[in-house]
Amino acid sequence: MSKSQYKWIGTRPDRPDGADKVTGRARFAADFNLPGQLIGKVLRSPHAHARIKSIDTSKALALPGVKAVVTAKDFPEQADVIVPAGEMQVNLRDVTRNVMAREKVLYEGHAVAAVAATTDAIAKQALGLIKVEYQVLPHVIDVAEAMKPGAPLLHENLMTEGAKPAATKPSNIAKRIEFAKGDIDAGFAQAEVVIERDYTTQPVHQGYIEPHAALASASEDGQVQVWSTTQGHFQVRGFCARLLNIETSQIRVTPSEIGGGFGGKTVVYLEPLAIRLSQKAGKPVKMVMSREDVFRASGPAPGADLKVKIGAMKDGRIVAAECTIAMQAGAFPGSPVGPACMCSYACYDIDNIHVVGFDVVSNRPKVAAYRAPGAPISAFAVESTIDLLAQQLKMDPIELRLKNAATKGTKTHYGVTFGTIGMVETLNAAKNSPHYKTPVKPGFARGVAAGFWFNVGADSSAAAHVGEDGSVTVISGNPDIGGSRASLALMAAEELGIDYDKIRPVIADTASIGFNFVTGGSRVTFATGLAVVNSVRDLIRDLKGRAAKTWNVDPEGVIWENGMAKPAGSNVGTFEPLTIAQLAASAGRTGGPINGHAQLNVTGAGPGFGVHIVDLKVDADTGIVTVGRYTAAQDVGTAIHPSYVEGQLQGGAVQGIGWALNEEYIYNGQGKLANPGFLDYRIPVASDLPMIETVLVEVPNPTHPYGVRGVGEVPIVPPLAAVANAVARATNVRMYDLPISPPRLSAALDAAQPRMAAE
Amino acid sequence: MAKIHVTTTINGAPTEFLCDPSQTLLDVLREQLGLTGSKEGCGSGDCGACSVTVDGRLVCSCLVLAPEAEGAKVETIEGMAKGDKLHPLQKKFIEMAALQCGICTPGFLVASRALLERNNNPTETEIRYWLAGNLCRCTGYDKIIHAVMEVAAEMRGSAK
Repeated sequence: MSKSQYKWIGTRPDRPDGADKVTGRARFAADFNLPGQLIGKVLRSPHAHARIKSIDTSKALALPGVKAVVTAKDFPEQADVIVPAGEMQVNLRDVTRNVMAREKVLYEGHAVAAVAATTDAIAKQALGLIKVEYQVLPHVIDVAEAMKPGAPLLHENLMTEGAKPAATKPSNIAKRIEFAKGDIDAGFAQAEVVIERDYTTQPVHQGYIEPHAALASASEDGQVQVWSTTQGHFQVRGFCARLLNIETSQIRVTPSEIGGGFGGKTVVYLEPLAIRLSQKAGKPVKMVMSREDVFRASGPAPGADLKVKIGAMKDGRIVAAECTIAMQAGAFPGSPVGPACMCSYACYDIDNIHVVGFDVVSNRPKVAAYRAPGAPISAFAVESTIDLLAQQLKMDPIELRLKNAATKGTKTHYGVTFGTIGMVETLNAAKNSPHYKTPVKPGFARGVAAGFWFNVGADSSAAAHVGEDGSVTVISGNPDIGGSRASLALMAAEELGIDYDKIRPVIADTASIGFNFVTGGSRVTFATGLAVVNSVRDLIRDLKGRAAKTWNVDPEGVIWENGMAKPAGSNVGTFEPLTIAQLAASAGRTGGPINGHAQLNVTGAGPGFGVHIVDLKVDADTGIVTVGRYTAAQDVGTAIHPSYVEGQLQGGAVQGIGWALNEEYIYNGQGKLANPGFLDYRIPVASDLPMIETVLVEVPNPTHPYGVRGVGEVPIVPPLAAVANAVARATNVRMYDLPISPPRLSAALDAAQPRMAAE
Repeated sequence: MAKIHVTTTINGAPTEFLCDPSQTLLDVLREQLGLTGSKEGCGSGDCGACSVTVDGRLVCSCLVLAPEAEGAKVETIEGMAKGDKLHPLQKKFIEMAALQCGICTPGFLVASRALLERNNNPTETEIRYWLAGNLCRCTGYDKIIHAVMEVAAEMRGSAK
């Protein structure tokens, strides 16, 4: 389908929440207040690993103004049950221990107790009065160290799931997973070139600018209301119901506007504490994390140790590919090592693949999803190795990738066979981009890398209501994290054939619309978009029925066109078309309110591919990398609102540049985070960057009525390797360890070419 | 501790408040005066989400003590639109999709206005350095920089 056949899709109207967001009117979580509210604060562990011997809260409780104190005792024990949390899986037994430490504290910043008091100052003072007796235990931060026999154990009963042979002793390795295709040994035997390298990446934080915050109000009859910043208020409801043993129908969660999430707001931290404190105090409780708390205690993305081995023929055809990934899960099992393994070689059609992953716990905060969880990490190692192959074979990096690109019918090593995908189209678009066609400027070098993400569908509900004047409210249940209100309204306008401005998209709370899975997995415009389209189709069915009733004809005799009901043909009769406004005005005589609904479990998410090009220069003295030009090409399905699609590519690319060049969690010898603030954990700022050029490759997803593919996650996958590949070509020194920060790069340059002592 | 009585002007309106000596201007704006458009992203002056101007000077209100507002003219995001008329920067940010989640947007707008009041012909580099104290994690800055450049060009055009 070409875009030109659409009236609204592919246009760039103002977003429906624009005015609120440029005037300060939009309400984010910390902007919510209730009369009589208390301030809740969390006492956090100063130790990386310690047994909690006792907690004495009596002095805190006795402080005037303190209304409630909670510890793990206030939360029921949970069964060993795995439940989905965004794109990751979590174990409820672990979730309750993560929101409030039980037997042990497992990382610095782990919540130990929480208080609610009449003022912020009193709450802070009360935290100082809680006496916790710890037995400090040896800790382990590094993945390789955590995997060694004799390493301090975080969980004394943790046996490696999937170990070969079966585990007989507990360890920090929670899981071993394996994916295989073809005959890996035969593949390497056939290869004319084999390259094998080790890589490491460091944990990075999602870095959303809005800290976690929640306001909870529990009333005496058992009903609970929560306002919080989340990518999934239905998940907040579900987690809180389980963790606090409350029926879901008793909890109503209203999502605030969300100040960034990137996967990090698909889990709960404050909400269960705020509810429990509110229940005990009989007053609303507001809790806001400090930036330090966000860094120390909310999920970063993992770091990992990787080994990649690729075998190829001299013509560039890859015949064997291996990858081993040991990934940090943080304090509890559940890293995204699975998707990291699956995405590793998904860009390519390779006959023989073997990928092994380990999920490893250590004394760090439990990791959370971060934009294409796991994929950027394996892509860094794989795409760096492919670049080495291109250098060794003296091939153009895009040509080498084209030679191996996955196409429709490629069977992946994780079992899925691709349908219509756009890897080849995206590589060609990158090759033909103005950027790639322009010679590299003197002093700069160019890097290229590709990336893949599945995208997801899952559960969505939507409703469409016609007002008395014929304008339409479209109701869905996914927090709008980057312009999804606009994309949903555009699809509704296209379906209905009425103006975009006549549609008001609304995000309903958990009590006002059916279940919606999280805003994550690049699913909202795709899956919730489909629910919106279906709800509008349901609405149109109703509207046609109203016209049929008015004209006294069969409903089949009515069609819907340009926002009007019309007779399907001259055999139906001659009637003036009825507009949606006319049908709304007469609704009382034709059956009452006109509404449409839809709910579905959406399958058929179209996977996405990205190819990024970067030109950069390296200052050999300081190791500072300057990005001079950057282009992100991606198969985006149909760009419903192209500006926000471009924005996803630009934002993802820049987060990836930060991951590549600067961002990392730095721990001191005591296992404490040394850089829990934006000054020392340096995310990219405006002066670090050039404009980010985008190439939208529209390969429509055949399973969606408008061809939508998720777009938000793919763009963070290629940049890590793209930057590393450019640095390697700029300096002849390849960086196998991220980040390629100035001290690291200048040390590597010095090691490669010792400078004169006099310099 | 005795509260301090502060008399100031906020978005053109004479305003009085009582505060603790240690309270930040951001705290008073958000918690006492209901001006929640200024956001707290870090509390340490690193993210710029709380940007306001005090006597025309661009500051992070989380780093200003509330008593320092005594006798000053404070401008926040809430004062940027005049009646029902958005400031050209506000309009352009919406039109050019220069925001995604929107949490950093008030700070960027206040900072961008402060720049254009000083220099209506900034280079891209000057804009990027001026806005380097405002963090945005969603957009990669591209559309923000474009929007500011465009408004600057329009302002120059209408000044001719």
